[in-house]
Amino acid sequence: MIDLFSWLGPQEWLAVRLSIKVAFWAMIVSLPFGVFVAFALARWRFPGKQLLNGLVHLPLILPPVVTGYILLVLFGPLGPVGRVLEPYGLGIAFRWTGASLAAGIMGFPLLVRSLRLSFELIDPGLERAAATLGASPVWVFLSVSLPLALPGLIAGAVLAFAKAMGEFGATITFVANIPGETQTLPSAIYALLQVPGGENSALRLVVISILVSFGALLLSEALNRRLAARLMRT
Amino acid sequence: MTFDVDIGLRQGNFTLDAQFAAPAGLTVVFGRSGSGKTTLINAVAGLLQPDRGRIQVNDVLLFDAGAKLNLATRKRRLGYIFQDSRLFPHLTVRRNLLYGRRTLWAAEQTVRFDDIVEMLALGPLLSRHPSHLSGGERQRVAIGRALLASPRLVLADEPLTSLDMPRKLEILPYFERIRDELGVPILYVTHSAAEVARLATTVVVLDKGRVTQIGAPAEVLADPNMVPTGVRNVGSVLQARLVKQHADGLSELQAGEVALFVPRIEKSVGTLMRFRIAAHDVILSNQPPVGLSALNVIPGEVASIRAGEGPGALISLTTSAGLVVARVTQRSAIRLNLAVGTRVYAIVKSVAIAPDDIGGGLEI
Repeated sequence: MIDLFSWLGPQEWLAVRLSIKVAFWAMIVSLPFGVFVAFALARWRFPGKQLLNGLVHLPLILPPVVTGYILLVLFGPLGPVGRVLEPYGLGIAFRWTGASLAAGIMGFPLLVRSLRLSFELIDPGLERAAATLGASPVWVFLSVSLPLALPGLIAGAVLAFAKAMGEFGATITFVANIPGETQTLPSAIYALLQVPGGENSALRLVVISILVSFGALLLSEALNRRLAARLMRT
Repeated sequence: MTFDVDIGLRQGNFTLDAQFAAPAGLTVVFGRSGSGKTTLINAVAGLLQPDRGRIQVNDVLLFDAGAKLNLATRKRRLGYIFQDSRLFPHLTVRRNLLYGRRTLWAAEQTVRFDDIVEMLALGPLLSRHPSHLSGGERQRVAIGRALLASPRLVLADEPLTSLDMPRKLEILPYFERIRDELGVPILYVTHSAAEVARLATTVVVLDKGRVTQIGAPAEVLADPNMVPTGVRNVGSVLQARLVKQHADGLSELQAGEVALFVPRIEKSVGTLMRFRIAAHDVILSNQPPVGLSALNVIPGEVASIRAGEGPGALISLTTSAGLVVARVTQRSAIRLNLAVGTRVYAIVKSVAIAPDDIGGGLEI
């Protein structure tokens, strides 16, 4: 086993740590929203459902630079939201929190898709059975729907995390490329490739990126198989 | 009346327009598939909202369109047993059983956990997950879960349909016990004449979304115009007492003055039984039969003769065992000179009385 600390230089190590922090918070904060939106799309009928569906999927098809630019316009120090937050020190533009927001938004469609599929696979008859046994809608959700969607939730969260780790376009547009604050793995690789002699350093980060992404994908696949097996049994 | 239902409900092309009142006990909603049985029971459960009418069970008003009252499903205090069990796959049997108790005050828990576990023999299953249960075990757990919710109304939607015959025979007695011991009204949906004969206190016949008949099972099942599932399901429902267990594997029943022999019933001598004889399993003779393998001969008098649309005729006999119906060809009826009042002998093979046709208890 290679000693990761000595293998990576301090700059590189900083980028890896920052990336993990950004991706972790991106995933944690988007989870409750993702669960809510996915459940609404899977189970409820309401006006504007298609609009919400489109909006959620927009980051998947829009050029990431555009997403980053929209965030910059909204959350930048002069933007309508940024103007309000900035005086309280809550501004997120050019901060790692902004990088998290950008990464979270880019990973959101993946999280919602995985969760929505899990919710749709649950037999609505089970939820109705819970209602006949006296359970309120909130309790039905907490005791039946959510536990049955758990493998899909974990798989979606893993995918969203991996996507957040690799997010580049929206992040660099919104929060730039500040080492130690907003320089995530992809930004660092990009910066290293711009300077002579940075190739070796970049290569090490590329290896880390491949390992993280591949690991996340394998984990997600394994969980999806478990989900399928679990739903087959019922 | 225990059940007071009068509702109208449109679902796509289908219209349910059902009105019935039924006394305490087990009320069977009897009809073909597509007759609206499940729609009706789901309206009583509150899973579907009728367009008009009212639903009252005992003194509780569940739905009243006029008063804009629609009690939420979770507040109806139901024990709903579904055809497909619907056990929660992520919970153990124990937690499935206890699911409906969480919302109840201690005083509302009229049914004891240990009693239900014992009655349904669920002890060895408690720590298992539903995926590791057989079909019959699953349905037993589903029954237990419904009963442990301490329901004021038990609903059962074709609870035996997805099971094979041995499993049916395993589950049927539990419904007899629930009917006789729990004292809670039961609404039970089925298309099986055998289940009607064994379980029903009252039969509500549903056809194309309308109630066509309400009556006692013996009455409904003997009438070809009332049996919604076709003339093959017409039969008589008789009551008899188990009087002797014979060594050759037969049980002897006494119905009126008639001794009947059926395949061994595992009940104690003296038990009051109810059983069904399908009309097409009865042979008629105008003389006391001799040299015949059939063991059961029921003497009686022709009460009515009904010719069907095909070659068949339905002959009703009054006997000391009760009303017996026989389906024979019109040609045979003429050859035997059958007329109202004619003395005849109904002959039934012992093995023709299927095990799921014989049930315990209950006056007819």
